[in-house]
Amino acid sequence: MFDISYYRSLTRSMIISVVLVSFAPLILISTIVSYKFQTAYHQKVIDHLEVVVEKHKQIIDSFLNERLAEIQILTDSIPFSHIRDENKLELLLSDLQKFHGGMFVDLGLIRHDGTQVAYAGPFKLDYADYSNAPWFQEVLLKKSNISDVFMGLREIPHFIVGVLFDVNGEKWILRATIDFVTFNQLVENIRIGRTGLSFIINRTGKFQTQPRLDVSSEIPAILNLIASQTGQEKVNITDVRPRGIERDVIIASTPLKNNEWTLVFLQEQKDAFSSLHEARNLAMVVFLLGGVSIVIVASWRSRRIVTQIRQTDHEKDMLNKQVIKSGKLATVGELAAGIAHEINNPVAIIVEESGWISDILEDIQEKDPISVEDRSEIDNSLEQIRTQGVRCKEITHKLLSFARKTDSTVKAVQLNDLIGEMADLSEQRARIANVEIIQKLDPNLPGITASPSEIQQVLLNLINNAVDALEGTGGVLTITSHTTADGLNIQVQDTGHGIPQEDLTRIFDPFFTTKPVGKGTGLGLSICYGIVNKMEGDITVSSVIGEGTTFTITLPLDSMRTIHKSNAKKQDSNSQTTERPSKNKEGGGL
Amino acid sequence: MTQVLLVDDEQIFVNTMGKRLSKRGLTVTKSFSGEDGLAVLEENHHVDVVVLDVKMPGLDGIETLCRIKSKYPLVEVIMLTGHGTVETAIDGMKEGAFDYLLKPCDMDELMGKINDAATRKSQAEFKINEAKANLIALRRGD
Repeated sequence: MFDISYYRSLTRSMIISVVLVSFAPLILISTIVSYKFQTAYHQKVIDHLEVVVEKHKQIIDSFLNERLAEIQILTDSIPFSHIRDENKLELLLSDLQKFHGGMFVDLGLIRHDGTQVAYAGPFKLDYADYSNAPWFQEVLLKKSNISDVFMGLREIPHFIVGVLFDVNGEKWILRATIDFVTFNQLVENIRIGRTGLSFIINRTGKFQTQPRLDVSSEIPAILNLIASQTGQEKVNITDVRPRGIERDVIIASTPLKNNEWTLVFLQEQKDAFSSLHEARNLAMVVFLLGGVSIVIVASWRSRRIVTQIRQTDHEKDMLNKQVIKSGKLATVGELAAGIAHEINNPVAIIVEESGWISDILEDIQEKDPISVEDRSEIDNSLEQIRTQGVRCKEITHKLLSFARKTDSTVKAVQLNDLIGEMADLSEQRARIANVEIIQKLDPNLPGITASPSEIQQVLLNLINNAVDALEGTGGVLTITSHTTADGLNIQVQDTGHGIPQEDLTRIFDPFFTTKPVGKGTGLGLSICYGIVNKMEGDITVSSVIGEGTTFTITLPLDSMRTIHKSNAKKQDSNSQTTERPSKNKEGGGL
Repeated sequence: MTQVLLVDDEQIFVNTMGKRLSKRGLTVTKSFSGEDGLAVLEENHHVDVVVLDVKMPGLDGIETLCRIKSKYPLVEVIMLTGHGTVETAIDGMKEGAFDYLLKPCDMDELMGKINDAATRKSQAEFKINEAKANLIALRRGD
């Protein structure tokens, strides 16, 4: 039998093995799937952003070019006199506003020296001088221009679309002011997620639209980033945090208006990848729960398996001991049988010789009578020799009965006789243990057909158990027999400590024993149960702590049994074994 | 007078029992092995009952019984045994022994069985003689 530390270490190694074997593929698969999913999702977010920003770049570029084109068309298609005339210019503005809402704020005609000569709009800007305005310089230079957003004379953010045209060799500029709010909304429309915001900055980092949130502190870093991407027309996306920005963001930027402006889209990574993070958190929870389940199940199953192994080891150990004990018993049995048989012959001679003396004495008595006293003494003495010879015969008889292998041959038996025999056999042991054996046997108990050896074994087991229970304290062992409606009833009752309720349910289980190690095999009662069951009988136990235990065997009468009937048929045809002894019994031979 | 043959390897037992049976009016012949017993039967055709020990060195009780019953079917045999060989004695009865007794045995019981056995033998002989007489009568054409 292994010690407790062996089973602990076995449990530990089983748990570790199961956990490792379970976790290794789980971790591997989780890592691969997580990596693949993260990469794919990340790419999807970036691709989506690129498409959205690209689309808006086109929208904004189109918007600006359309405005420029509309002014260009005015200069090309409207007679100069109409443009020069403020009233007509008012009509043109109102037509434009009719088509485009409040997008066109005002229109102005400017001479090549920068003086505004005609104006249509809400402000009083007649004869304003724009000669020093950067946008005016740009228009002169490029013939057409869209300006940066600026406050200008009106102190309101706006930008100007200006076109240079030639009338009779004289240069004129038609300019229109575009409403900042309308343009701003166009850019603001790019909204993705909770933190996504977009804006336009010029080359110096000045806002061309008003972002929803204040990001002015991050503009220098964004400018640096844009500078590193100069020359690229496509959408640039970076998810590596640039120096100067304190949070993890995705920055998408694309040039507008011939690289003069840059459309910037900014979104916090936490927000952009929120679904990914949710999925990852969910996966983590599932992984953790799965892991905890694996550990719990591995631990529970390992403990159960080790408990079973331990029980099996215990049973194996007990079985080994039982085999050794059986072997010893068989050897002792054979030895006892041999001795008993050898003793039998001398005893037979002693009895025979005493008989012969008795015979001779008869002759002597006839020829020369001896005194009555002497004769009486001699007779007593001879009777004692005979009685003790018969006693020896009984002892060898019991010894041989016990040592013989269990014979399952059935025959007519008187239970009371078997109870008497077994009680006698245990008498010596009971006396030493200070146990009084009382037999309350029903003299009218009917005989049954059964294997005497097996019944002897059952009775001997129960009597021995009862004597064991009373050992040390002493007490009374009562064996009762009587007839009930269910058949023959035998009770073996002791006045011992009793058996706890939890043990009673397992008492007939093989290898269950409450005796100290080495004393009980735990097989006795299960063998009894098996034998009684085979005889179609029943064995039950009842016990009261402190008062004692009662084993009750109920055996069916021959008329109630099915096995007996079939056995009887079989024996009729091929054996006289069960019949002959009864014949002898009738003759008084045994 | 009933003639009894005692067969047992325990010589003292055979001698004493022989004396006691003789005292009770039986003619007793003693032998101390199966082979001796068969030799006695070969010479003496008047033996009625054989008291035969089951456990003997050499030819054992059962084998001796089989030979006796095959050669002298009318001779009755009573098996004598220690408890350890009851089954053997029962086997012997299947082979045609009249009965068996456990050692040490009660003299009155043994006498009773010997008388019963002798009676059965004489009855069998009587029937055989009667049958022979009938057969002779038939042959004569009476």
